[in-house]
Amino acid sequence: MVGMGAIRIMPANTSPKVPVSRAARKPAKAPGIRQTMSDLHIWTGLLAGWILYAMFLTGTASYFRDEISQWMRPDVPAQSQLADAAELAPRLIAAMEVIAPMSPQWSISLPDARNNTASAFWRGGRRFESATFDPATAQTIGVRESIGGEFFYRFHFQLHYLPVLWGRWLAGLCGMFMLVAIISGVITHKKIFIDFFTFRGGKGQRSWLDAHNALSVLGLPFHLMITYTGLVTLMLMYMPWGSNAAFKDAAQRQAMQTELSAFVRPGPPSGQKAELAPVAGMIQQAQARWGHDGVGSVNVNNPGDAAARIIVVRADDARVSASPQYMMFDGVGGQLLQIKDRVGAAAETRGVMYALHLGRFSDYPLRWLYFLVSLAGTAMVGTGLVMWTVKRRAKLPDPARPYFGFRLVERLNIAAIAGLSVAMAAFFWGNRLLPAAMADRKVWEVDLLFIVWGATLVYALLRPAKRAWVELLWLAAALLVLLPLLNGITTDRGLWHSLAAGDWLFAGFDLTLLAFGGLHALLAIRTQRHQPKARPAARKSKPAPPAAGAHIPLSHAQAAVGDPVVERV
Amino acid sequence: MDTIVQLTRSFGPLVSRIVAALFGGYVLAALASVAAVALPVSPSEAVLTGMLASFAVYATAVVWVFAVRSAWRAWAGLLVAALPLGLAAWSVWVR
Repeated sequence: MVGMGAIRIMPANTSPKVPVSRAARKPAKAPGIRQTMSDLHIWTGLLAGWILYAMFLTGTASYFRDEISQWMRPDVPAQSQLADAAELAPRLIAAMEVIAPMSPQWSISLPDARNNTASAFWRGGRRFESATFDPATAQTIGVRESIGGEFFYRFHFQLHYLPVLWGRWLAGLCGMFMLVAIISGVITHKKIFIDFFTFRGGKGQRSWLDAHNALSVLGLPFHLMITYTGLVTLMLMYMPWGSNAAFKDAAQRQAMQTELSAFVRPGPPSGQKAELAPVAGMIQQAQARWGHDGVGSVNVNNPGDAAARIIVVRADDARVSASPQYMMFDGVGGQLLQIKDRVGAAAETRGVMYALHLGRFSDYPLRWLYFLVSLAGTAMVGTGLVMWTVKRRAKLPDPARPYFGFRLVERLNIAAIAGLSVAMAAFFWGNRLLPAAMADRKVWEVDLLFIVWGATLVYALLRPAKRAWVELLWLAAALLVLLPLLNGITTDRGLWHSLAAGDWLFAGFDLTLLAFGGLHALLAIRTQRHQPKARPAARKSKPAPPAAGAHIPLSHAQAAVGDPVVERV
Repeated sequence: MDTIVQLTRSFGPLVSRIVAALFGGYVLAALASVAAVALPVSPSEAVLTGMLASFAVYATAVVWVFAVRSAWRAWAGLLVAALPLGLAAWSVWVR
């Protein structure tokens, strides 16, 4: 199994067919470091590839999480002006006193430049509850309940339907595979920077390899950063051992927690009821410190109790760190108890890594750069997956009847790559078409995505591979291109209106959908036209060789990064 | 019987390396994260340092396991690295 994965030309004395086991017994014939790293790269990449592709693509979409949420809640008008935190927060607290009077802890997030809604989550009985508010009314948004872009964000690190902890462990395992695949990939490619400037188009496997290299090297610092920082975001869960060894009680553990998050676990309630102090003055103090739009959220511990605490938290959209900065007030007397504005060096390192991963500090040009490089990362995983079949197709003993493993990878690739595009587009269709007042509406939006995704897998299993690629890519293209039309029919914020009104968020979203629709159409056309070269067996049976599926053209890679890489031939 | 011997011969070292990489690597990373607690900085700083570095340790261990010539060397290398880390970690556990 291990001997199968030679990507590069072997060192002269190494046969690619020597399994590691035999090599182990005869050290003189051991494969070279680049060969072993190539095998490691291929197998870690393949085994985690399908989940990684989905994590990468939904993670990429998450850079526009707030914008997606706005598009999916078209009934909430675009905000003309950012609400004043000192005016809005008291109304949201009043709303929370009705919604969750018994909860020991609320966290209320205020709207910001990219987000026209306020939201809250709070400790319910055993689990967290959440709600989204219209800042104009300070009431929960009842019509067209939608999870919005939050779904892609949640999915990309905890998947769905699985218990949250399992999902996160699985995502972490795939993240580790990714890290190993990156390191071993770099070792494999000795001439990595020369490879970057090499592109041999129209040469089948060579072209795939060149595209994969270019995409990987182009974004290498980003891919490495995003993978490592992704692991860091959940490191308390993945590596609890140091914490377990160092901290003997909850209080010590809590001391570390205050270095990481402003969501500080509430102390014991006193049991005496007490009114919350007015919050407006506290927020004004914070605004004086951090600027008018500097307040990101307000946390309330033990609301309604004499031991209440109000924690005004600094926004993290204007600084490259997610380390907590907050002002803590006595929730009843209203006096300032503590100002937290710095953390230790290791905690700050973690805060910066966290912020780099989320990119919340980005303005729009930087956000688009994040999006595009991350899309290149998605294409890197996608081209890698496809290359596995392209490489092996040439060596198939009987191309008409590939072995089981080949067919499995081939079909899973179709569903994981083309199928996911269809499913994500279907998610947006569901948002516009499911009845606005439907019960459990936001659950159904997500269920619809997975129903469609599952259907694409069934489709990929039943159709000849090449046709499945082409048809699903066309389907995705159609769904994407027609979405702006659907938006224009079902809302009064269609493309013409949004362009005329200067509603750049809606216009930008619709135009991006059109661009992605065009990209998928291009991929479909290139795949359709592709004729595998130098395969006599396939050329004889001209009408659509059944197993020609994996030859998605390179443009997948090219278009994803907007061509500049590939032009440097 | 012969086939079992044959299978063990051909796949044993590979399986051994996979186990060494997945689990041996994780244990080494966990040891490193505990060992970091012995650093002369505040406990929460030390704990966070260990966590931050642990994934690099894990990845390095995996690369090592597949880079060396034999499965035996892979395990031996992990053990050699585990020894000082284990000592430091032990000093944290007993204090």
